[in-house]
Amino acid sequence: MKAHVYVTLRTTVLDPQGQTIHGALRKMRYQGVEDVRQGKYFQLTLSDALTLPEAQTEVERIAREVLVNPVIEEYTYRLDVL
Amino acid sequence: MNPGMNAGTTTATPESAILSPELLRQHSITDDEYQRILQALGRVPSLTELGIYSVMWSEHCSYKSSRVHLKRLPTESARVVQGPGENAGIIDVGDGWVCAFKIESHNHPSYIEPFQGAATGVGGILRDIFTMGARPLAVMDSLRIGPIAASSKDETTAVIHKNHSILEGVVSGIASYGNCFGVPNLGGETRFESCYSGNPLVNAFALGLMRKDEIFYGKATGIGNPVIYVGAKTGRDGIHGATMASEEFHEGSEQKRPNVQVGDPFMEKLLLEACLEAMRTGAIVGIQDMGAAGLTSSSCEMGARGGVGIVMNLDQIPQRETNMTAYEMMLSESQERMLLVAEKSRAEEVLQVFAKWGLDAVIVGSVIAEPRLRILHRGVLVADIPNTSLTDDAPRYHRPVGTWKAPVPAVPPAEILRQMQSSRNAEADLKTLLASSNLCSKRWVHEQYDSMVQTNTVQGPGGEGGVMRIKGTKRGLAMALDGNGRWCYLNPRLGAAHAVAEAARKVACTGATPVAATNCLNFGNPEKPEIMAQLSTAIDGIAEACIALGTPITGGNVSLYNETKGEGIYPTPVVGIVGILEDVTTAVPADFQRAGDTVLVLAATTPAKENAALASFGSSEYARVIFGSLWGQPPALDLTAEAKLHLALAALAGARLLHSARDISDGGLAVALAEGGFQHQLGAEITLAASETSDMLALFGEDASRVIVTCAAASIQRIEQLVAQYGLTIQARGTTTRATLTVQTDKRALLSANVAELIPIWADSLESTLRQEVITPAGRMA
Amino acid sequence: MKFGVLVFPGSNCDHDTYNVMAEVVHQPVTFLWHESSDLENCDAILVPGGFAYGDYLRTGAIARFAPIMQSVKKFAAAGGPMLGICNGFQILCESGLLPGALMRNAGLKYICKQVHLRVETTDSPFTHALRAGEVLKIPIGHMEGNYFCDAETLAQLERERRIAFRYATPEGAVTPEANPNGSLGNIAGILNEGRNVLGMMPHPDRSSETLLGSADGLRIFDSLMASLATK
Repeated sequence: MKAHVYVTLRTTVLDPQGQTIHGALRKMRYQGVEDVRQGKYFQLTLSDALTLPEAQTEVERIAREVLVNPVIEEYTYRLDVL
Repeated sequence: MNPGMNAGTTTATPESAILSPELLRQHSITDDEYQRILQALGRVPSLTELGIYSVMWSEHCSYKSSRVHLKRLPTESARVVQGPGENAGIIDVGDGWVCAFKIESHNHPSYIEPFQGAATGVGGILRDIFTMGARPLAVMDSLRIGPIAASSKDETTAVIHKNHSILEGVVSGIASYGNCFGVPNLGGETRFESCYSGNPLVNAFALGLMRKDEIFYGKATGIGNPVIYVGAKTGRDGIHGATMASEEFHEGSEQKRPNVQVGDPFMEKLLLEACLEAMRTGAIVGIQDMGAAGLTSSSCEMGARGGVGIVMNLDQIPQRETNMTAYEMMLSESQERMLLVAEKSRAEEVLQVFAKWGLDAVIVGSVIAEPRLRILHRGVLVADIPNTSLTDDAPRYHRPVGTWKAPVPAVPPAEILRQMQSSRNAEADLKTLLASSNLCSKRWVHEQYDSMVQTNTVQGPGGEGGVMRIKGTKRGLAMALDGNGRWCYLNPRLGAAHAVAEAARKVACTGATPVAATNCLNFGNPEKPEIMAQLSTAIDGIAEACIALGTPITGGNVSLYNETKGEGIYPTPVVGIVGILEDVTTAVPADFQRAGDTVLVLAATTPAKENAALASFGSSEYARVIFGSLWGQPPALDLTAEAKLHLALAALAGARLLHSARDISDGGLAVALAEGGFQHQLGAEITLAASETSDMLALFGEDASRVIVTCAAASIQRIEQLVAQYGLTIQARGTTTRATLTVQTDKRALLSANVAELIPIWADSLESTLRQEVITPAGRMA
Repeated sequence: MKFGVLVFPGSNCDHDTYNVMAEVVHQPVTFLWHESSDLENCDAILVPGGFAYGDYLRTGAIARFAPIMQSVKKFAAAGGPMLGICNGFQILCESGLLPGALMRNAGLKYICKQVHLRVETTDSPFTHALRAGEVLKIPIGHMEGNYFCDAETLAQLERERRIAFRYATPEGAVTPEANPNGSLGNIAGILNEGRNVLGMMPHPDRSSETLLGSADGLRIFDSLMASLATK
């Protein structure tokens, strides 16, 4: 099983990198981009021994306790059952 | 534990490859070279062996085109402990301390992937230093990039964008690696010129300190001693990087991207601490980093230096990827790896140190009596090569050396001459120069570098040379880089001598005595006689200057084939000079310190006469920026007088007579005076003793061997006496002021400008030039 | 008075901090290895700058799990004085010993230069020997020094006068131009509730000797020394 965890800055937190990329896209005349937020992506390869609910619990715990600083960041994730 | 090294007695030979002319060409092996391989081996090589010869005989590793010329460089003095041929040169600093230092290019990788190319360049030069047992004390970089200003008329917008992203990438790559590793970066120099558009130069300098009795060499000794691999795992990174660095760029080179190595500065920091700790155990016999051609060069060079051989079993190599072949492992350029030889009975102690730092350390082979490199993989002998055929006996070529001819006319075009004779606004010209990319503040570059970590930085970036204290002593070390490609293009011999003289002058301005040099020779394709003419005469120029100034070359690097689509770069030797301060508290800053100080312009030679001055004016930044033209020759250089200037500066600084000292170079007197005041918002009022040349030449001419010093009015008499002893003349006098910069003769004013107006023009130019640019998709954000 | 300097893999100002305590302040000082949990009876703990664990996840994010941090938390809870500098400040925030977080600089680039700090409170062991409103010249060197916290936390920091330093002009004016990294309210350093833990992005360890350009940072160490002596 693979977990894909996406970490971004919370929407209330300024994202200067995202803004810079957005500004660049605008100058380069890419149409129709309203906003850019950037972040980090983690790919966790999980043991096959885990059940789906176990995997969910584990990934959420890892994200909450390690991958994310809740003061400024939030996360979403997706599980791929191979 | 011991992986069964019985190959020392093997009678089998590696299986020969099925060779085709195509295969040889892919490995850049010529027919003659192939015959030499057959001779050395007495048989047809295996594919792994062919790969090994290909990298070791590449220009990058073998110096096959430059070696016969490099021999002309002076390499000895009472201070030199180790000259060229080791991982880095070493000089004696005094009080039982020695320093290891070297400059090296990472040009080609930095073009293909600026961030990683520059980062791994820093990583490589740092390993060269700490592999000798030295803790890195400082780094600097010399960067040459194509034009970045949107106004550059010779470049297309796409080229400007590309140059911009190269600069962004290179600077952030250098910053990211050095900052994380924890070594201060003292800046260096950054120049822009059209010839570097397709071929940027990234030359990284590093210097480290150690005790004189704790030097380590890249030498294998002691039959039966274990060979230990430490550091990062081996992947398929950079395979054939060394051969890539020895070829011209052509369309499609950028597709070589997967080859570029990725640096891990955190790993390097751990490797540094672990290596220094392992060295302290006394159990290490020899050690060398795995740079270009990785496992291959480290093993055969350590064997060759020790007059022994090394056998390695590749099954033991820590691998990051699966199913790697012997060929791939031997040629991999994965970063942050070292090879070391330990005392047989004490290997365990060494392994334990690396375990403490969480690093891989594995016995992969042993030292054997036969002077050969033997490689086993999956039970099969895949390479068995006499070491010296890869190192000392590698091909060296007396390539045809053309006759050097001046590339441009000696006198300015008629139209320019007319402009020069018409009256000009010196203040406006000064502003244009201060905003130009070669002369403006490089704050945007060096503020991205940690220049203060380790708390030794007495003078950081932005001055003349960097100055570091040596903790536990009174001493200090000064260092500077220089190299003017345009001058070398106009006259390789004179231009190269200027590179030495100016780097040494920058060091001398800090009050230090220049004592040794390192050089990085960046040139075009050596198969062209006109390029060999540049290289050969530039080496002569460096040799003359180094002898005259007492700064032998202790090491360095040659980077050839810096050409894109047949267009070569300007010949660009970059010289690093190291100097010693007996008492670091006497170090002299480059910036004017306060208003009301006396300003003196000291010159070691008499001013050039009008005709000579006019000819050398064609090589100036003024001619380039204001007229967009190039003619003539670099300024004349009297090396004997230059040496006296350095002695005088050391004497003045030692007597604590100077408040500041700075070199007059790019942009001439006017620019040097303006820049001297910017840090503390000061100006100067200067009166020229005499001006035989036109105002323009007096203000913006770049005559060599001149410095501006400031001092207390009370010190003037002593300074006058001292400089007279060294044959210096005082070409101008004045006072530092709060607000204005004026230059005059006793008859009339040449220049008047308001300092407050000049500062932002100079300080913000680079940043605003870069801000105007659109970030291209290739531009790196991280 | 004994000082302990924490060492994580990737710390690179550990020797700098050690050197100031040993050679300038002239006090006993020891390195405390991240895998140990023994604080060796130190009277004050210094968390130095650098790139602990390469800062590869987030600055300070992995360091907070090091065994030594459990002991450090107990030490802080018991009122022991602790100073986190640069990466040390980031580690203290990640560990929850100080509120808020340090984000990427607003200019997105690493910045190394001298800056000026206005002293905002003298009510702490680190600042009591300073004068409120005076300006110190101390350098910064960081990529992630942009202090952030939510509005509530900021209000609390202000109310409890726990902002120790703000970025200011040489004359002491707190202006947007004097803010090098986009920090909320120009915040350069903050105290915990007990006022015994200070985190600051600028480096007093790099400004404790005039030879290196400024000795203003030494006054923070001297202040700490004086307050330990009177305990």
